[in-house]
Amino acid sequence: MAVIDFANPTRFLRIVDRLMPWLIAATVMLFAIGLYRAMNAPDDYQQGATVKIMFLHVPAAWLGMFGWALMSVAALGTLVWRHPLADVSGKAAAPIGAAFTFICLVTGSLWGRPTWGTYWVWDARLTSMLVLLLLYLGVLALYWTAEEPGRGARAAAILSLVGAVNLPIIKFSVDWWNTLHQPASVFRVGGSTIDPSLLTPLLIMALAFTLLFVTLHLAAMRNEILRRRVRNMRLMQAQEAHA
Amino acid sequence: MNLGSHADFIVAAYAVALFVVAALIAWVLLDYSTQRRILEDLEERGVTRRSRRKG
Repeated sequence: MAVIDFANPTRFLRIVDRLMPWLIAATVMLFAIGLYRAMNAPDDYQQGATVKIMFLHVPAAWLGMFGWALMSVAALGTLVWRHPLADVSGKAAAPIGAAFTFICLVTGSLWGRPTWGTYWVWDARLTSMLVLLLLYLGVLALYWTAEEPGRGARAAAILSLVGAVNLPIIKFSVDWWNTLHQPASVFRVGGSTIDPSLLTPLLIMALAFTLLFVTLHLAAMRNEILRRRVRNMRLMQAQEAHA
Repeated sequence: MNLGSHADFIVAAYAVALFVVAALIAWVLLDYSTQRRILEDLEERGVTRRSRRKG
């Protein structure tokens, strides 16, 4: 099946209905394995047991950024190619990405207090991540407050593309500026600096969170397609009533 | 499993993540059942989508 076939919402709904049970099962299984490995992982020699917060914080940070990258690609689809599912995808990704960014900020704060001695510091990594959350809230406001959905979609798509500038700032903030936040330790030139006993559960949890994101995103896209059908049917009902 | 002297922070982090993920799942499920119910209601009242109408 060609990628273009997914452009048909009815076919897309059929594919999602078929995929959903498998995605849910795989997500639950990966979380069970990931949480078991995370809870039984050794303490860090410096941070002690607080390193367990890493298994939530790091995947949430990755997915907060992934959500925005997805919205940026969807924005191109909306503005350039006018793909019928592009705006549906962008709108569905926004609340999920915002939720993961929120988890990243809160868990980071709870990790920072025992590790750094403070819940918050205005360093480049933390501030750029907070900016990402504010951008998400901006996009959600555009979607939820636009009187005409098409206009809201275009405005949200433009903000998604402009906001993509923040992604490399988040990623490289720890290299460009002197930050309290530690530098990259998983994906870096020269390999990961994390011991395999902690890296393995981290990667399993990251995969579990990614599958959760994908599952929620497809489910939210399905809801959005149904919502648009409801809207169209109500419009037709109103037109027929006036005819 | 010993969470040490900072157990409160670890438990709070997992509780917040669980709460947010549960809220996301609840929102998706609730939204799905709401849209399905409205669609079925509209179809029962004879409103059909343009693509399903014949000639």
